[in-house]
Amino acid sequence: MTPRNFLVRGLIAGFIASLFSFGIAYSVGEPQVDAAIAVEQAAAPDEADGHDHHSHSHADDAGTEVSRDHQSTFGLATGILTVGTALGGVIGLASAFAVGRIGRLRPSQSTALVAVVGYVSFSLVPFLKYPSTPPAVGNGDTIGDRTLYYFVVQGIAILAAVAAVVVAHRLLDRIGTYRTVLAAAGGFLLVVVVTALAMPTVNELGDFPADTLWLFRLASLLTNATLWAGIGIILVGLIGRLYERETMTVARKDLAASL
Amino acid sequence: MSQTAVAIPDVEIPPIPVAELAPWAGFVFLIAAIVLFFISADQGAVSIPSGNAIHEWVHDGRHLLGFPCH
Repeated sequence: MTPRNFLVRGLIAGFIASLFSFGIAYSVGEPQVDAAIAVEQAAAPDEADGHDHHSHSHADDAGTEVSRDHQSTFGLATGILTVGTALGGVIGLASAFAVGRIGRLRPSQSTALVAVVGYVSFSLVPFLKYPSTPPAVGNGDTIGDRTLYYFVVQGIAILAAVAAVVVAHRLLDRIGTYRTVLAAAGGFLLVVVVTALAMPTVNELGDFPADTLWLFRLASLLTNATLWAGIGIILVGLIGRLYERETMTVARKDLAASL
Repeated sequence: MSQTAVAIPDVEIPPIPVAELAPWAGFVFLIAAIVLFFISADQGAVSIPSGNAIHEWVHDGRHLLGFPCH
């Protein structure tokens, strides 16, 4: 069990999970992105600036244009594969830190815990407060604020998750597993709910069609859930096998030494 | 004794020392932060470099991964 072992497995898990996630995003998400762009162009032909394939309305940006065909395939793949692989590496090393430090959990179990806590704090909590928006939703003037809000909520959720795990580690020997998990999860929930209530609400939907919005957000949720579930499942499998192999080697050596 | 043939011996699991993890973690977190910045936020709220080529290229991924895009 070395950092290298975990990093390599995390990157592999991240890359493979990204492929699944890309499949979901392309097949479930892209039809909704296209539907949203159709709404955008129908609603604001003046803003669309005559770009029949342009996905959003930086009408005054005289910059690069990427065709919808490329955005929805290679562009989408670039985004998901790089983020997924990087996340895989981070989750791998976080799991390496967790091994042997969380109660009596075996390496595969502590890895699963890292993936679940990671998904909730990195992805699910920010989504619940600031759900993803399709093209055509969102005022260009507020992108700075909205980006800041999103990462503030994400940062607080991650810090709260780390704090909850640290506190749980201290409580475990004193009050038992059940109460420890209740206290840690409850503390985390309290922090993120208060944060969510305190942060400004963003509502720039206007009269965007509800069905497209719902289906887009569902697709976005599935894209991220697939990515995290994929990383978690693959990494738990790889780490479990690694640990099994290492303990077997140790056991064989002990046996040989005792003869 | 253990129940199955492949049961893992019930041994203490030694944690990986922080000193051994730190350089790996530092480097990977740095790379991940840079990757995340370019995929999630660049040429939206802030632009390094200026223009919109990166934004355009990762546009759909940014929307579907749930980051504020524009």
